[in-house]
Amino acid sequence: MTPTNREHLATLSEIRSLMERSSRFISLSGLSGVAAGLWALVGAAAAFVYLGKVPFDGRYHTFVDVGQWGVPPVVFFAINASLVLVLALFSGIYFTTRKARRNGQPIWGQLTRRLLWSLAVPLAVGGLFSLAMIRMGMVLLVAPATLVFYGLALLNASKYTLHDIRYLGMTEMGLGLIAAFWPGYGLEFWAIGFGLAHIFYGTAMYMKYERKL
Amino acid sequence: MKRILTKLNKAFDHRVRLGIMSVLVVNDWVDFTFLKDTLELTDGRLASHIKALEKVKYLEVRKRFVGRKPNTSYRVTEKGRQAFQAHLDALEELLKQSK
Repeated sequence: MTPTNREHLATLSEIRSLMERSSRFISLSGLSGVAAGLWALVGAAAAFVYLGKVPFDGRYHTFVDVGQWGVPPVVFFAINASLVLVLALFSGIYFTTRKARRNGQPIWGQLTRRLLWSLAVPLAVGGLFSLAMIRMGMVLLVAPATLVFYGLALLNASKYTLHDIRYLGMTEMGLGLIAAFWPGYGLEFWAIGFGLAHIFYGTAMYMKYERKL
Repeated sequence: MKRILTKLNKAFDHRVRLGIMSVLVVNDWVDFTFLKDTLELTDGRLASHIKALEKVKYLEVRKRFVGRKPNTSYRVTEKGRQAFQAHLDALEELLKQSK
């Protein structure tokens, strides 16, 4: 290869890298997904203990109205879900900022804002929609709906970050739809979608992008 | 060989200008700071290359205030996009021929 050719080749690969770096937030760490998944599993396990129920035993409604340890179900689930969300967010932010710092990439910028925005809109709509369903007494559809909306949010956000997120999004949507037509296993599907799927894709992304660093 | 070499655009002679165009073609409005950080350039150097690209109408400029801070953003024009694409095609053609 002649020197000019080598130069052209270098130019082309530089252009490609610039396009990639300037249009996608690539610092998203797979470990963020693994951590979120673990917290979700802890939350789901706590819920199973609270309900006094074994996964896939099919007795969903029996304990819901009773409450355990003197804590009413609404309070228990509200606290459980908020704790999982907050812990998942914090460990997610931790691992992602760590990866960005190691790679010398900016953490907060145009790309981060765009990514968060594309996630937040479908999530907010899904959250409000779920509240409406609880009010209308369609509690059985809440877990499927959150999975579907979360999947849509990921699909939307995958345009602005690592495209593997796209497949995670489709997995969540698929699980949500199965859960919608197979009612009574909301908690089980929640644990699979928010727990196992996150751990699986998080590990895969970690192996693919970060392990060699 | 000569025919293709002439297809390489003079406006893209400089690596910085190619860099600016690379960022602009995959984004909508991009502000000055983002370009500066992504390309790791000084204000002066970036500004002079932007001016050159603006002169040949490969990019358009938008100045406005975000809160109280002035904010300048850039966007690639259709002419710029075509020119950039043609330049990339010419580069690829060159590489293919010499294989």
